[in-house]
Amino acid sequence: MEIVMSIVAGILFMAATYLMLSRSLLRIIIGTGLLSHGAHLLLLTMGGLKRGAAPLLGEKASSYTDALPQALILTAIVISFGVTSFLLVLAYRAYQELGTDDMDKLRGNENHE
Amino acid sequence: MSLLHFAAFSPFLLATIVPFLYKYFRKIHTGWFVLPLPILLFTYFIQFIHTVSSGKAYGQSFGWIPSLNIDIHFYIDGLSLLFALLITGIGSLVVLYSIYYLAKEKEALHSFYVYLLLFMGAMLGVVLSDNVIVLYTFWELTSLSSFLLIGYWYQREKSRYGAQKSMLITVFGGLAMLGGFVLLYVMTGTFSIREIIQSTGAIASHELVIPALTLILLGAFTKSAQFPFHIWLPDAMEAPTPVSAYLHSATMVKAGIYLLARLSPIFADTSVWFITVSAVGIITLFWGSFSAVKQTDLKGILAFSTISQLGLIMSLIGVGSAALHYEFLEDNIYVVAITAAVFHLINHATFKGSLFMVVGIVDHETGTRDIRKLGGLMNFMPITFTLAIIGCFSMAGLPPFNGFLSKEMFFTGMVNVTKMDIYNMETWGVLFPALAWIASVFTFVYSMIIVFKTFTGRYQPEKLEKKPHEAPIGMLVPPIILASLVIIFGLFPNLLAHSIIEPAMASIMPSLLTAGEKYYVHISFWHGWTPELFMTIGVIGLGILLFLTVQKWSKLYGFFPQKLTLNSFYDKGLSAADKGSNTFMRLVMTGFIRDYLVIIFAFLILLVLGTLWVKDAFIVDFSNVASIGVYEIILVLVIILAALMTVLSKSRLTAIISLGIVGYSVALFFVLFRAPDLALTQLVIETISTALFLLCFYHLPELQKRSKKLTFRLTNFLISLGVGLVVTLVALSSHSAKLFDSITQYFVDKSYTEAGGKNIVNVILVDFRGFDTLFEITVLGIAAFGIYAMIKLRLTEKGE
Repeated sequence: MEIVMSIVAGILFMAATYLMLSRSLLRIIIGTGLLSHGAHLLLLTMGGLKRGAAPLLGEKASSYTDALPQALILTAIVISFGVTSFLLVLAYRAYQELGTDDMDKLRGNENHE
Repeated sequence: MSLLHFAAFSPFLLATIVPFLYKYFRKIHTGWFVLPLPILLFTYFIQFIHTVSSGKAYGQSFGWIPSLNIDIHFYIDGLSLLFALLITGIGSLVVLYSIYYLAKEKEALHSFYVYLLLFMGAMLGVVLSDNVIVLYTFWELTSLSSFLLIGYWYQREKSRYGAQKSMLITVFGGLAMLGGFVLLYVMTGTFSIREIIQSTGAIASHELVIPALTLILLGAFTKSAQFPFHIWLPDAMEAPTPVSAYLHSATMVKAGIYLLARLSPIFADTSVWFITVSAVGIITLFWGSFSAVKQTDLKGILAFSTISQLGLIMSLIGVGSAALHYEFLEDNIYVVAITAAVFHLINHATFKGSLFMVVGIVDHETGTRDIRKLGGLMNFMPITFTLAIIGCFSMAGLPPFNGFLSKEMFFTGMVNVTKMDIYNMETWGVLFPALAWIASVFTFVYSMIIVFKTFTGRYQPEKLEKKPHEAPIGMLVPPIILASLVIIFGLFPNLLAHSIIEPAMASIMPSLLTAGEKYYVHISFWHGWTPELFMTIGVIGLGILLFLTVQKWSKLYGFFPQKLTLNSFYDKGLSAADKGSNTFMRLVMTGFIRDYLVIIFAFLILLVLGTLWVKDAFIVDFSNVASIGVYEIILVLVIILAALMTVLSKSRLTAIISLGIVGYSVALFFVLFRAPDLALTQLVIETISTALFLLCFYHLPELQKRSKKLTFRLTNFLISLGVGLVVTLVALSSHSAKLFDSITQYFVDKSYTEAGGKNIVNVILVDFRGFDTLFEITVLGIAAFGIYAMIKLRLTEKGE
């Protein structure tokens, strides 16, 4: 399973990279979303999969899945949500002010270098 | 803080007061306040002659950074004393001269004297320091003050160009020299020059000796304007003439010579030292004198003449180092080269200083320095003319002036080179006297040009800006003093021999002396019908011939292509560096985010794949994997399809919905892999994110609403493929090579007993690792505030 999940994470990263290289701002943000999904799945996979019950002591199981990666992922999800929403509003404001979402047009002119 | 320290630092102290003197005593020329200091210092240093000529040295130490072994240790031996006397003596004369040269109404005198004093103090620091780091500090201070003085008339473009050029070249050399000093420290463990000299044996066999030597030589050659670094000196002639006389003839350009003389005991054993110093010196000598003849500006001639004379001294120091290889010879014939070097150093300072002042007078009284406009000034300026004759004849090496004596000794030194049986000198050593002789002929020619083209010939009043007349007496006193020294040293050379030259030689070549022994120098005018005498006669004969026919053959200079001069190489190099860096930056810094991302991702791929390849780290271990169920297979297919949909979709709506599908599938994975808290959070957050995405989508301006197909780019595809591959490979390898077990068992054991919670993930989040959570809350808070501010703050609309 870990091998399959590694490949899935690779595909998510690949799609994310492809989107981030495009010209539209929205696609870039979609790319970052995919990238964080890939990273979260990778974190979970690296902790090992399907090794016991959910990490709730009430389950009285002999072994539990690794709780530490789950805590890390939870933190990461919240942070990436914060960043993504900020980015989205930034993009929304950029549309409003500049009237474009084409990254090539958002380059600035010679004087701005 | 001893008196010696106070003396060496006094120029800096006075420099801080000078602006006040300038401001509050406007009626008195500021130079008068400066003048007493160098005179006082000169008399202070004179009293050391007695100590030094008896073979002793005087030193005082003052802690600066004791923990790094850097202390300001000043000490006076023959060599430092010689230089200190030159600096203060000529310094006094130059200050006196500048009082008459610079008008107090027109010039910014306070800047001038602050820079000059700064330079004087720095130069004293260079020659008195025993610690190489302190020496380096003062060395750079001389570069800096020289930069300020060259650019004194900063309104002129040529001044700024000359100042920048000298700064770039001398600082390049200075930094190289610092590297050499650090290497010396690595080899010996001390910064003190005298202690380094004690461990010469250990240095000679050390593998770092050649790099250290090369770097230090770079410093000395750039400072002393040796070939090919001489190009800054002619451009430094844009400085006021007192500055040229002081810095660029008598003192600063000799700092490199001082350094080589000072470090001779350390490096003179190596053949690289001998060959480089003497060869560079002789080439500089030749090239300087050859180029001087074609100059039309008097200061230009003097600049190239300085270059050539510095080359002469440099080659003598190089040849003199051969003395160390012939220690066993009773009658050591190579020592004479060092004597000649020290003697000519003094002579050059006297006659070149006076010549610069003479040229300054001509410039001051006629308004031009161009020899094509000058002529027939003899009747207007008889004193200046006499001074010019003394200076130029001495420079040309004619009796009875001091230049004659040092040139004779120089020829002796060069002829002796051919007698060496080391480094193949017996075959190509003959080049040395040959080049020296030709260079002397050119020296003779340009010396005559200075005198006769300026003061004799046709008087051309129509080309002159002013009616020429003799200079005021105050301006004439300094060159008169120098010119009388030229004659005095010429007629009574042994005045200097015991007091100055012998102790200086003892500090350049200490290892040849046994305790209590001294060098014995006796300079005499007449030493029989030697080859040197015939060489001098030949120089005079051919020189007169060439001078009379100079109009005919000087056209030869026109054949030398302008493109191949060192100056044009320097200029082209500078503009090529400028253009090159601009082109490179324009190439790399395009302003397109995509380009930067391509570079970042490409480096990521190359670095990680390269490391995996080099370290042979890629392994896949199938033994430790979990089984695969049907649910997982379906979910994997769904997530892959959804990811591809986001990429391939033609409309943005499809892409956003596909991203949502990926998010929910991830949540389902969390369910399958037994992570209930994650699944909950993921579901909620994915919902909100998708809503936000749709919000953005909805607010697109009309024009942008048309959804267009992504331009399929092969590079994009290859790069993203590479990134995906890298992630998969790293994940597989790291999973297969797990080194030790997880620490989770601790959390399983303790989360109820220690923290009182049964949900291990939550206990970790708020209890075991609560700090993470605290700051993740902060992140969310900042994001919220940021979003609020972005929406609410509309600075541009309010007209800023």
